[in-house]
Amino acid sequence: MYTISNRLKTFSMVLVILGILGVAYGFMTSHKSLDEVKTMLAEEHSAHGGAHVAAPDAHHSDNATESHQSASENAGAHAQTNHDDAHAEHVQHQLANRPWAALYVAALFFMMIALGALAFYAIQFAAQAGWSPLLFRVMEGITAYLLPGALIVLAIAVASGTVGHYNLFVWMDPDVVAHDKLIQGKSGWLNLTAFVIRGLIFIGGWYLYRHFSRKFSIAQDNAEEGDNTNFKKSFRIAAGFLVFFIYTESIMSWDWIMSVDPHWFSTLFGWYVFAGMAVCAVTVIAMVTMYLKSKGLLPNVNDSHIHDLAKYMFGFSIFWTYLWFSQFMLIWYSNIPEEVTYFITRIEDYKLPFFGMLVLNFVFPLLILMNSDYKRINWFVIMAGLIILVGHYIDVFNMIMPATVGDRWDIGIPEIGSILLFAGLFLFIVFTALTKAPLVAKRNPFIHESEHFHY
Amino acid sequence: MEGASKVIHAIYTDDDELMAAVKKVREKHYHIEEIYTPFPVHGLDKAMGLAPTRIAITSFIYGCIGLTVAIVMMNYIMIKDWPQNIGGKPSFSFIENMPAFVPIMFEMTVFFAAHLMVITFYLRSKMWPFKKAENPDPRTTDDHFLMEIAAGNNVDEQFDLLRDTGAVEITLIDKAH
Repeated sequence: MYTISNRLKTFSMVLVILGILGVAYGFMTSHKSLDEVKTMLAEEHSAHGGAHVAAPDAHHSDNATESHQSASENAGAHAQTNHDDAHAEHVQHQLANRPWAALYVAALFFMMIALGALAFYAIQFAAQAGWSPLLFRVMEGITAYLLPGALIVLAIAVASGTVGHYNLFVWMDPDVVAHDKLIQGKSGWLNLTAFVIRGLIFIGGWYLYRHFSRKFSIAQDNAEEGDNTNFKKSFRIAAGFLVFFIYTESIMSWDWIMSVDPHWFSTLFGWYVFAGMAVCAVTVIAMVTMYLKSKGLLPNVNDSHIHDLAKYMFGFSIFWTYLWFSQFMLIWYSNIPEEVTYFITRIEDYKLPFFGMLVLNFVFPLLILMNSDYKRINWFVIMAGLIILVGHYIDVFNMIMPATVGDRWDIGIPEIGSILLFAGLFLFIVFTALTKAPLVAKRNPFIHESEHFHY
Repeated sequence: MEGASKVIHAIYTDDDELMAAVKKVREKHYHIEEIYTPFPVHGLDKAMGLAPTRIAITSFIYGCIGLTVAIVMMNYIMIKDWPQNIGGKPSFSFIENMPAFVPIMFEMTVFFAAHLMVITFYLRSKMWPFKKAENPDPRTTDDHFLMEIAAGNNVDEQFDLLRDTGAVEITLIDKAH
C-alpha cells in the first residue's frame, strides 16, 4: 500500500494556498472604474505614439495600419466620444473577465487530464490490453480527480453567468442575445438550464463508469483463483462507456469550450479537444508511474512500459497536430468571414502562444521522442512530458482567452495562481486516491503478461 | 582454413526451440553464420548478438530529403514558375501559402522515407530483382528453421550439442564444392 508522504501533502497544500492568493488577487484587481480604464488606454496610446516618433522608418508598415485605423476612427468624428466610451467599457469588461477566464482555463486543463485518463483506462479494458494492467491503479488514481474537477468546471461556468457579469459565455447574457440573431437561433441549445442539465448528465455518466470500474477492479483483487467475473463486467461497462464518452466528450467540448465563441463552429472540434486531453492524460500517467517507481513502489514496471507510454505521447502529439491542422487548413483555405475570424483573432492578438504552442506540442515531441532509445530514459520522458503539458495548457488558453479577454491577455498572477490552485488540488486528490488500494491489480487476468511485458 | 569453408546446417521445427538453441550455441562460443526462418522471429536478432539496425537513421535522413524536395518543388511550381492564386489570397509568397503545401510536404516526406528505406534494405541485404535465392533449403520458406554454424575442429561435439538442443536434422556442408 502506498501512503502519501507528508512532504507531498504539504507541497500540494502550499500550491493550493498560493493559488487561492493568486486567484483572489486577480479578482480584487480586475475591477477597474471606467475612468481608470480610459486613463490606461490614453497612456497606452501615447506610449505607442512616442515609439513611432522615435523610429519613424523602422515601423513603416505599422504606421500605415495605425494611420488607417485612426482615419477610420476619425471618420465618425462627431461620434468620437461615444465610441471612446463604448471602447473603454468593452476593455473594462475584458479586464474583469480575466480572472474568470484564467480560473476556467486551469480548471478545464486539469479536468481534461482526468477525463482523458478515464477514456484511456476504458480503452485498455475494452481492448483487453496485456501490457498495461500494472498501470491500472495509477490510472484509477488520476481519474479520481474527474468528479470534483468536472463539477468545479461546471460551477465556474454557471457562476460566471449568474454571480458574475457573463464573464465567460456571452450567450448567457440576455442583453447580448436580444441583439444577436445568430445566438437567438441557437438559444434552444445555448441556454443556462439546458447547459446545466447537459453538464450534469456528462458528469453523472462519467462518474458512474469511474465508480463501477474502480469497484470491479478492487473486487477482482480479492476474487478466487480463476474467477474473472469482475473483469468481464468491467470489460462490458468499458465498451458501453466508450460509446457514451465519445458523444458526451464531443458535446462537452461544444458546450464548455466552443460556445465561448457562440458564432463560430467547427465540426471536428470534439476530436481536436480529445486529442489534446489524450496526450496530457498519457503524459500524466507516465509521470505518476515514474514517480511511484522511483520510490520503489512499482517494482514490476519496466522500461518497456515507459517506452509504450512514451510512444503514446509521441503518437497522440502527432494526432493532435493532424487535427489542429485539419481544422486550421480548411478554414484558412476557404476564407469564409464568419469562420476565419476565429483564426484571425488568434494570429493577430495571440501570435506567440498560437504559434509557440505548435512548436511545443508538435516540433518538440516529434524530435525529442522520435528516437526509440530516448523513450526508455525516464528523466527524458519527464522533460518531454513537461513541455507537452505546458504546450497543452497554452492550447486551452488559446481556446478560451480570445473570446473572453481579447487582446488584454497576459500570463501573470491570475493565470499562474489558477494553475497552482488546481495543480495542488489535483496532486492532493490523485495521490490520496492512490493510497486507497494496493498499487498492483494482482488478480487481473492479464497481470502476468504485464509483468513480463517486454518490447 | 578448414573451418571457414565447412559449415553445419541444423534444422529445427519450432521457433522457441530455435531461440533456446541459439542461446546455447552462443554460450559455447560457436559462430552462427546465418539463420533462415519462414517468418520474422521476435528477439532473434538480440539473441544472435547482431548490432542494432541503423535503418531508422537512414529513414530520418530520407524523410528530411523528401521534405526538402517538396518545399523546393512547391516553391518552384506554385510561386516562382507560374504564380498561383491560392484560396483567393494571391500573395505569391511561399510562407504565406505554406498551409496549402503541408499535405504535399507530408506525403513527400513519407514517400521518400518509405521507398528509399526499402531500396536501402534490399541493397544492404544484397538483394535485387531476378537474383537467384541463396536459401540452402526450401523448407525454410515453409515451416522449418535452419541455423548455419561454422564447423570447428571437433565436429562431433558440435553435432552432439545441436542434437541436444532439439535439431531434427544436422548435416555437414562443404561450401568449397
